[in-house]
Amino acid sequence: MRFSRTSKALGMVAIAALALTGCGAGGGSTDGASQAAGDPNKVITAYSNEPQKPLMPADTGEVYGGRVVELLFEGLRSYDPSGKSVNALAESIESPDGQNYTIKVKSGSKFTNGEDVTAKSFVDAWNFAALSTNAQSNSSFFESIEGYDAVSATKTEKGADGKDTDVPAPTAETLSGLALKDDSTITVKLTQPEADWPLRLGYSAFMPLPAEAIKNPKKFGENPVGNGPYKMAKEGAWQHDSQIELVKNADYQGARAAKNGGVTFKFYTDPAPAYTDIQSNNLDVTDVLPTDALKTYTTDFPENHLNKPYAGNSTLNIPGYLPEFQGEAGKLRRQALSMAINREEITKVIFSGTRIPAKDFTSPAVDGYNENVAGSDVLKFDAAKAKDLWTKADAISPWPADKTLQLAYNTDGGNKEWIDAVANNFKNNLGIKAEGQPFAKFAEILKLRTAKDLPGLTRAGWQADYPSLYNFLGPLLKTGASANYEGYTNPEFDKLLTEGLGAKSTDDANKKFTQAQEILFEELPNLPLWYSARQAVWSQNVSNVDAGWNGVLQYWAITAK
Amino acid sequence: MKTNRVIEHFVAPVEETPLLATDSLKTDQAPLSLWADAWRKLRRRPLFIISAVMIALIIIVALFPGLFTQVAPNDNCQLANSDGAPAAGHPLGFTFQGCDVYSRIIHGTQASLMVGVFSVIFVLIIGVTLGALAGFYGGWIDSVIARLGDIFFALPLILGALVVSQLPFMRENRGVWTVVMVLVVLGWPQMARITRGAVIEVRNADFVTAARSLGVSRIGSLIRHVLPNALAPIIVLATMELGVFIVAEATLSFIGIGLPGSIMSWGNDIAAAKSSVRTNPAILLYPAMALSVTVLSFIMLGDALRDALDPKSRQR
Amino acid sequence: MIQYILRRLLQIIPVFIGTTLLVYFMVFALPGDPIRALFGDRPPSEAVIAQLRQQYNLDQPFWVQYGLFLKNLFTFNLGVDFTGQPIAASLGRIFPVTVMLAVEALIIQTVFGVTFGLIAGLRKGKIFDATVLVASLVVIAIPTFVLGFVLQLLIGVQLGWAKPTVGANADWGNLILPATVLGLVSFAYVLRLTRASVIENMNADYVRTATAKGLSRPRVVVTHILRNSMIPVITYLGASLGGLMGGAIVTESIFNVPGVGQKLFQAVIRSEGPTVVAIVSVLVLVFVIANLLVDLLYAWLDPRIRYEN
Repeated sequence: MRFSRTSKALGMVAIAALALTGCGAGGGSTDGASQAAGDPNKVITAYSNEPQKPLMPADTGEVYGGRVVELLFEGLRSYDPSGKSVNALAESIESPDGQNYTIKVKSGSKFTNGEDVTAKSFVDAWNFAALSTNAQSNSSFFESIEGYDAVSATKTEKGADGKDTDVPAPTAETLSGLALKDDSTITVKLTQPEADWPLRLGYSAFMPLPAEAIKNPKKFGENPVGNGPYKMAKEGAWQHDSQIELVKNADYQGARAAKNGGVTFKFYTDPAPAYTDIQSNNLDVTDVLPTDALKTYTTDFPENHLNKPYAGNSTLNIPGYLPEFQGEAGKLRRQALSMAINREEITKVIFSGTRIPAKDFTSPAVDGYNENVAGSDVLKFDAAKAKDLWTKADAISPWPADKTLQLAYNTDGGNKEWIDAVANNFKNNLGIKAEGQPFAKFAEILKLRTAKDLPGLTRAGWQADYPSLYNFLGPLLKTGASANYEGYTNPEFDKLLTEGLGAKSTDDANKKFTQAQEILFEELPNLPLWYSARQAVWSQNVSNVDAGWNGVLQYWAITAK
Repeated sequence: MKTNRVIEHFVAPVEETPLLATDSLKTDQAPLSLWADAWRKLRRRPLFIISAVMIALIIIVALFPGLFTQVAPNDNCQLANSDGAPAAGHPLGFTFQGCDVYSRIIHGTQASLMVGVFSVIFVLIIGVTLGALAGFYGGWIDSVIARLGDIFFALPLILGALVVSQLPFMRENRGVWTVVMVLVVLGWPQMARITRGAVIEVRNADFVTAARSLGVSRIGSLIRHVLPNALAPIIVLATMELGVFIVAEATLSFIGIGLPGSIMSWGNDIAAAKSSVRTNPAILLYPAMALSVTVLSFIMLGDALRDALDPKSRQR
Repeated sequence: MIQYILRRLLQIIPVFIGTTLLVYFMVFALPGDPIRALFGDRPPSEAVIAQLRQQYNLDQPFWVQYGLFLKNLFTFNLGVDFTGQPIAASLGRIFPVTVMLAVEALIIQTVFGVTFGLIAGLRKGKIFDATVLVASLVVIAIPTFVLGFVLQLLIGVQLGWAKPTVGANADWGNLILPATVLGLVSFAYVLRLTRASVIENMNADYVRTATAKGLSRPRVVVTHILRNSMIPVITYLGASLGGLMGGAIVTESIFNVPGVGQKLFQAVIRSEGPTVVAIVSVLVLVFVIANLLVDLLYAWLDPRIRYEN
């Protein structure tokens, strides 16, 4: 769960037309052959910011800690650049029914402190991460495993002020569904069949930990010891508010072996100075561009730029509880709003082609993506039809004459420009009043969303935790799901998702998920807007810069000249 | 050591010196008050006349934007026109969102002027009153007011603005007045401190002592004698803050606690130009020019006012 | 005089308590749940939220939270922020940088502001006066993000006279560009305040007396006109310290200066009470002491000013 909010805050996550990206990815991956060698001992510098949490793999939910953890650790599986999940430290992962899994762990790999990576390193790490009193941000990733209810139980207590407060009260220390069979075998029992469960094992929450991490997590979080392609350069390599220094882990055996001598992540609170630093060769690579550079980065860096879609999207959500969006009239209005948005034009003008108009509720960067889901015509811009649908809705129940349609957004994420553009679309094409409703703090919008108290529409963004269609549908739109703030509910949709999870093959599962999307297109609980893409620019000193399926740069593959 | 310096002494014939007329007192006339005297001088000064005309013009634009443009500012903003060059009926071209630049500036005058002028007026009322009392009386009054000011100084602008704008009244009535309130709450201590300093400087001057010994009350001497002599820095600060407040409104709007998007303002347009700085800086130029001209008018007015009020130039 | 200074120093105590109480309450009153916001669009389990809330005492009522803060303060333990970092250590990193930046900006704005203001005042209505008027208008009307960006591109990148960004190794040399940008707006104030005072004092009796006594023109200008024009200027400088130290948000982000402004802004946005209050506590001490210095300077600049009575 790289927060899409943060990544947007970094802003300007953006995209070029999908077609463009195949060939237009700058010098990125294409010129690899010619410069493959580079200087294998040179340390490269990269844009980043202060991680928000200690560097415990299961506690880093945001982008800046995430990219470090990803380089420090290697899990059972990893994702190749296309988003395909492949075995890494797992010898094999087998399941007869999609509910009971047997995982064989490869032997012979070590943490950088010399400790062996065994099945126990995984089991202990997972039990540690799942136990609520350890307060690991990603603990909910273990919710599918049997026994999660017990380790994350809460009880209600009277607080000092007499109000009821929830306090953690786990009734077990370990997950009952997770067992260590021998030194190299793990068995996992899920609460229900989930065919895509192994896909998640490449996510940082599932990384192994050495024994010292669990003994003293606080100390470990400052100076983590992992088994990935890099290690911390020294004790105190994380210099707060300044930089993190990583160096190559010479003992690393996996697929992501470092092609450079190390990565120093320099911290910036704003992407603009980083861009300037790249221009003056003071920094090697940045993956976040200032908004005002979106129009110029391809000319500022004719060779050294990248624009590649990744598994994230932006939507405009319509709360199910708004009176104007109830019943048949509400349905017509949602369709009208969707067709009134000129996605092509906004992505072209506002985002300078750094985002891709959405054609479904998921992302083209995940397996099973289908751009021709039945009913997806409703995402095509058609001002006349939109106006027509809106008038029809007014005939059923009139839109209040003075009502301004408000579009809530957080101001720390460079959202203002596109929100204003969408509001103008609504004004011009539907003849209603519409305006952005800015919130200084993300927490404020979240409060209104959780309290189901939004006065209008709200922006939302999602970045996939693991490359699966389900990850875009289940957590966001299933009845009662954790991030289903706007309260969408449809039993038919839920049923299709459950069937998809229980399907025998990925193809069967994806078919079910596509059917589920057809329901969404019919009902439009939220309006898909565009897919995210990663832009990066780099200095004259490096080459071979490319991004993974999740938009994170593959720092290990960058070569220094 | 210079010893060979020659100083010429001569006494002019009495009938030739113009001082005679000045020195003769018309005892049969009531003396002009400070303000009446200032006004008499002011209305003859070209600086004042020019600035007054400019300000009048700006006020007319603010009150009747429809006289100057037929284009409704926020209707029909088409992205197809984004950053567009000037076209027929759109003399200054288009913004990033494809809105008419000229129309937005004309229609933004009202909110910007109101934010600037009213914030300054209220800051003057609160800041000058408290600052003058603190500086003039000293002692515990000074301690309380000055330390209160210290607390407000230490308040982070953004925190204060966020909290003030969360008050239920502010939430429901977002607009010019809430912005003015935020700016005043956070802006008065500076004015109070400048006033206090200026008052401390003149409170012990001879003419104040003289006035007191002639029987003028303390508060009377503060208003009639101390304050007029302390006005120069106050006027400077007020005219500068007019511009700063207009821009500050944009900062507040940008983080979502300023004017709602439907109210146009120069500040908003200046802030919105951020995304075009590299590609189309002209978009920034027009609202910045409107702001500059307004601030310039008020600075000139302030200068003229200061000259007219300056007691040291009174006899001339 | 000693008594006066002691009294002023004693006043720090109520100011300190008032400020921390007010600021802590304001952060407390900010809408939204800071813990939930840490997780973005994807919520963690309720148990984890409850655990974190307990960890940061956010489950306690306001008075308990504030009490704990004060208690910690007197044991010199400022606690940890939401990222798990000790707050004291982070203050120790950001304040030296900010102090350097503020001092440099203060020097720049004072030296240039006073010099230009003095010349403009002495040559009121002449071409120099008009030029600096336009310059101050430009500084006010063009926002910092544009001025900063243009200077960075011009001096930092194209001419290469100074490092365009600061980053981890802040020193006097590479802070010169951000300090200039930071000092620009205050520079306009200092300039116009100096100019106004100089114009006022030019015709004062003591200046005529000094000139009549045969003092040289530079002597008259510096020791009589300038010295007597400094009171509003130093008042303003004292008052502008807040903007230089706590409010340099935009400048710090343009030049990537790891200073107080950015930290404070982030902490406010995240509703991190202890961090905000810790920073503000230091700032308020700085203001109280700076204002005391300003008041003492009044007496030095103008012998008629006395505080004993």
